[in-house]
Amino acid sequence: MAKTATRKTVAAAPSAERRAALAGQELSATGVRLAVLPPAERISLRAPEASVAALAKALGVTLPRKPKTSASKAGRTALWLGPDEWLIIDEAGKDPLADCAEVTALHSAVGISHRNIAISVTGPAAAAAVNSGCPQDLSLDAFPMGAASRTILGKVEIVLLRTAEDAFRVECWRSFSDYVFTFLSEATRDAAA
Amino acid sequence: MLLIRCPYCEEERPELEFRNAGEAHIARSADIAGESDDDFEKFFFIRSNPKGIIYERWRHMHGCARFFNAVRDTVSDKFLMTYKAGEPKPAKLPGASK
Ligand SMILES: [Zn+2]
Repeated sequence: MAKTATRKTVAAAPSAERRAALAGQELSATGVRLAVLPPAERISLRAPEASVAALAKALGVTLPRKPKTSASKAGRTALWLGPDEWLIIDEAGKDPLADCAEVTALHSAVGISHRNIAISVTGPAAAAAVNSGCPQDLSLDAFPMGAASRTILGKVEIVLLRTAEDAFRVECWRSFSDYVFTFLSEATRDAAA
Repeated sequence: MLLIRCPYCEEERPELEFRNAGEAHIARSADIAGESDDDFEKFFFIRSNPKGIIYERWRHMHGCARFFNAVRDTVSDKFLMTYKAGEPKPAKLPGASK
């Protein structure tokens, strides 16, 4: 009885107010547009080969095995980060952590929804803007649509996802988001010039 | 900028994504407490530091984050090859004379 009562109290209490860093910030220049994307659910997923099928089924999205690739379905994207490591981003408001909790196969799923901020870089000069701080080859041959990679931008680590030929999603840690947005803003002005 | 081939990402990536992690193939004793001071010193402090071919651990820190091994020429700074962690020291090096 006592347990039930406690649980009810917890469920009824308002959750901590979520204050998104840089919420809604945008910047437009010739050829490039930056926008801070709305909050999303995210998990860091580590799993051995034997657990991949069960996790993919529970998450409803393929866990890609090929380096630098991603898979997407119904607002949920799985990005290959390493041989046994994925970043799952859910933009449909469903919690991938809860889906993983039902899987008994060995895995580690850590909720990092609030750790990351996503910034979209779009427009014909988007690749040039990202390349001003990212040393990877972003030509369409080397980094096609759907390509995803952990890499660097200036002095910080980011996860880069190409969502279209002229669109990127830059995921960075929340505490680095001021730096990343400012860096990309300068890059945008350069790329436009 | 150097391009380093990551054996896990299966492609060459810019050096800024990598970190050097010291000499490779240094085996830790299974009975570290039983080591003599001299043997421990050799294991812990002494490195080959050659002028020429060196076997090193590298980490694709800002990529797949995995450790791997690389063979590098310390004179030319050229990477001869890279291979996955745990794999044996390569018997033959590409382009080596012997
Ligand atoms: Zn790698």
